[in-house]
This record gives sequence, structure tokens and C-alpha cells, in this order.
Amino acid sequence: MSGLIWGAIYGLAAGMVISLAAFIGVWGERKIAGRIQLRYGPQELGPFGLLQTGADTLKLLLKEDITPAAVDVRIFRVAPLIVFAPAAMSLAVIPYAYGFAPIDTGVGVLFFVAVPAISVVGVLLAGWSSRNTYATLGGLRAAAQMISYELPRTLSVLPVVLLAGSMRPLDIMDAWQWWWIPLTFIGFIVYFIASLAEINRVPFDLPEAEAELVAGPFADYSGIRWAIFAMAEYGGLVAASLFGAAVFFGGYLGVPGALGVIVFVLKALVIALLMLWVSWTFPRMRPDQLMATAWKVLTPMALIQLVLVGAVISWL
Amino acid sequence: MSETVSGPVFAILAFACIGGAIGMLSARNTIHAALWLSEVMLAVAGLYLLLSAEYLAVVQVLIYASAMSVVVLFIIMLTLREREGPVRMADFSIGGGILAGLTGVILYMALADRGDRISAMPVEPSGTAALGELLFGRWTLPLEVAALILLVSLVAAVWWSREVDS
Amino acid sequence: MAVGPSAFMGVAAVLFSLGLYGVLTRKNAVMVLMSLELMTVAACLNMVTVSRFVTPAEMTGQVFAVFAMAVFAAQIGIGLALVLAVYRQTGSIELSSKKAT
Repeated sequence: MSGLIWGAIYGLAAGMVISLAAFIGVWGERKIAGRIQLRYGPQELGPFGLLQTGADTLKLLLKEDITPAAVDVRIFRVAPLIVFAPAAMSLAVIPYAYGFAPIDTGVGVLFFVAVPAISVVGVLLAGWSSRNTYATLGGLRAAAQMISYELPRTLSVLPVVLLAGSMRPLDIMDAWQWWWIPLTFIGFIVYFIASLAEINRVPFDLPEAEAELVAGPFADYSGIRWAIFAMAEYGGLVAASLFGAAVFFGGYLGVPGALGVIVFVLKALVIALLMLWVSWTFPRMRPDQLMATAWKVLTPMALIQLVLVGAVISWL
Repeated sequence: MSETVSGPVFAILAFACIGGAIGMLSARNTIHAALWLSEVMLAVAGLYLLLSAEYLAVVQVLIYASAMSVVVLFIIMLTLREREGPVRMADFSIGGGILAGLTGVILYMALADRGDRISAMPVEPSGTAALGELLFGRWTLPLEVAALILLVSLVAAVWWSREVDS
Repeated sequence: MAVGPSAFMGVAAVLFSLGLYGVLTRKNAVMVLMSLELMTVAACLNMVTVSRFVTPAEMTGQVFAVFAMAVFAAQIGIGLALVLAVYRQTGSIELSSKKAT
């Protein structure tokens, strides 16, 4: 039973971390997006517009929770949670400091790449249960995209697993060497792009393409339910950048104790900023380009990386 | 030295499994059924965790969650034109029920007869690394055959589902 | 409360018979496929249970469950392709509709 209680505590903590990250992240993203587009971004509420997100959150919370008449009510209500839970779950296997990962498991890496598969079902159901052509189309696009990009994403972390000889994140951290960075750099690029696609950020935001599909699977959601989807996206961003920083850039290594966590978070922040930069710079892709990128570019790249690492290991 | 499986956790997971399966069969809407089935898959992954088969649990989530989303995708695709297509009347077949129930009882009796002789759980077995060693050591040939089957089925699926221009 | 292998086998047997019931009675091809998945999962659960309780070190059951999952993935791929082919031919995924026969 203690496991259940621990799980509940962990779930609460993860939810709070993601909320906080989303709170700051939304503000940061709007500021950065503003700068990139030669605007100021939010600046009216509080210093540097810091309270803008608070006001937005309040607005979302106070908004009426509309359930359109035609929707499939039960699925419509449960879909945001199916999308959000995996984002929170994948935070659990990340090694935050020496010898500490909330769930220390021998299959951590696989867990991290496997769990987002659940949110595909959620997005698909959100789109379908809205009973709305645009939403359904958005859900179908999202499913096709996320299933396709799961493969290169899984393959891209395999080189590190090969080098470390373990799928346990803490073991990877123990075995980590600085020369892995240049060796697995192709893998990191694949991971970076595939993660962007996995969380449907802008170059890959076909599922929620505003100009063509209104807001894709989320078109009929309002208020707090929509906010849960947005938070799941931020949770995915946070998890992807944390995991990337840990596995490809050595996370907390080299700095002892609590300072390690700070270094780790800073590294993750750089990756997150890169993701935001990319998503505010590049235009949206076409669906055929999207599929071609996954299957004809990223997957071969990941395989080449894998062969490269295999060759290096046999030579070592 | 014997370990035990936590009773309450097992009870919750078993309830989730069986309840989900019943929910799937009694769902009037195919997409609801698919959702129930993915719930069963997650619960079975939890049972694998209780049996200290971590790797299988995660692979179960990966494969079956993806498989379920593909199935849902197909249902939507094949019934998009008829809005009420996936909804159907609940139907129960007594003959099928009796046959299935009998099979289940016989299965359980045959298996549990042996199962009852083992009550204690052996000590924690070696983990994922050992499974990997086994898969690529003793079971390499079957593993390659399984990979070949996947490849063949991939080609076959593409072949069967191609657009026929006639 | 000690939970022995027979409890796991009980769950697996129930899942298997529910799956069998689904295969026998459903007329929708996709529902039949989903019931087949239920049966596969029950079989895997049995293998893992026996492996855990009888041969924990050799993990034969887990290895076989991995193979079963691979075969299952192949089955679902081909099954859905066949459903799609049938749908293209007849415009329906009912297994017993007049058009399909």
C-alpha cells in the first residue's frame, strides 16, 4: 500500500512542477516570441509582464467549462487527462541528482520513450469525441505524426544506452563520459527534432494548425480542459529537454550535491530555449514533408548513428 | 526468502483487467471498446510489474498503446461516413457465452491445479540485463525469426492495403 | 494475503474466455481483432506468471512473451490490412453481412 501512497504524492508533485513550469514557460515563451518577432511581448502586468500568466490562468479557471451538445461526453471529459498523465509520468524516470530519480528502474530509458504512446490515444480520442470534422482530422493527423516520430525518437537514445550498457538512467549517468557528446551528436539532433514533433510544437504543429484546422483536436475544448492540454504540451517540453540534457549532455555530472540539480536544469533550459527558438523561426511543414522527414531522414540518421556507436564500441 | 505479491494492489489490477474486458465487450460503441481495451492493456502491464517483469511491462505499454491508437484510427477511418456507424445494439449470445465460460473454467482448472503447488514466490530474479543476454544468447535464432515475421507481415500489410486501380 | 500463481492464472483465464466470447459473437471485424488481442494478452500473462514462479532465473516465459508480442504485432498489422482490403471490396467491415459473403 505504501507504493500507492508514494505514487499519489509523486503525482501531486509532478502536477505542481508542470504547472509551475507552464506558468513560467508561457511567460518566457511569449517574451522570447516577442523578441524574435521584434515585439515586446507581455509587459503591462507586473514587472516585465510577469503576472500576465497569472491573469491568463485566472481567466481560464473562471471561464465556463463548455461541453458541446454533440460530443461523446465521457470520452470528451477523460481525454485531457489521458494526454496529461503520460507527460507527468515521464518526468518520474529522469535522474535529477546523484543517485536520485523518483522512480529508479532498470528500464527507465525505455519507459521514457514508451509512455508518450499513451497520449497518442488521448489526442485521437479528444479529436474524435468532439464530433467535429476539423477536430477529427486534427486527431488523425496527430496520431499519424506521433506514431511516426516515436520510432526515430526511440532509436535516437539507443546509442547512449549502448555506450552505457544499461537502460537505467542512473547507470547511464555513472558511466557518462564527455566524449559521448560529439559521438552521439547526430542522435541528439534526431532526438531534438523528434521530440519537437512528439509534443506538436510549431514546425510540426499540423494537428492544431490554426489556419486550416481551427485548433485541431482541441477545437471544442475551453477553459480548464483546454489548459490541461496546454500544460501537457509544456510538460512534454520540460520532460524532453530534461531527459535530453541528462542523456546527451551529462545532466548534473561534475557538480556535487544540490548544485548539480541547478546545472542540470540550466542545461535543460538551454535545450528548451533552442526548441522555442526553432518553433518561432520556422514555418509549418506540409504533411508529406512531415512523413518524409520521419521515415526518410530521421530514421536513417538514427540508424547511422547507431552503427557508428556500435563500431566505436567494438573498437574500444 | 520468498516474496509475496501485494494483495490490495493485485486486487485493484485484477479488477481493472476483468472490468475493462467486460466493459469492452459490453460497449455499444467500437471506439469505447478500444478505450476499454487499452485500459486492460495498462492493467496487464501493472500485473507484469507485480511479476517483476519490468521490461515486458514497458514494452506492453509501448506496443499495445500504439496498436490501440492505430486500431482507433482505423475505426474512425472506416466509419467516418456513417456518423452512427460505430454504435450498435448490445448483443449477447448464450451459446458463445457458455462455450467461452467452459473453456475458461477448464483452462483455470488445468493450470491452477499445478499452480497451487507453488505458493511462495522465488527470490527476485535477475533483471532486464539478464533478459537481454538470454534473448541475444540462447534465443537468438527465434528472435531473428520473429524479426523476419515482422518484416514479412510489414510487406504483406502494405501489399494487402494498397490501392487497387481497376 | 498471499497471492499465488493461481490468482494470476485466474485473471488470465477470465480474460481469455472473455476474449473467446468476443471472437465468437462479435460481427464487427475490428471488434474480433480486439478480442484476439485480449486472448493474446491472457496467454502472455500466463507465460510470465509461470516463468516468475517456476523458472525465475531462466525467464523462459518472459522470452516467449516477447516473441508472442512480436507475432501479435504482425497479426494486428496483417489483420487491419485485411480489414481495409475487405472494406475496399464491400464497403463494410461486418463479418457476416450479405455483401461480404
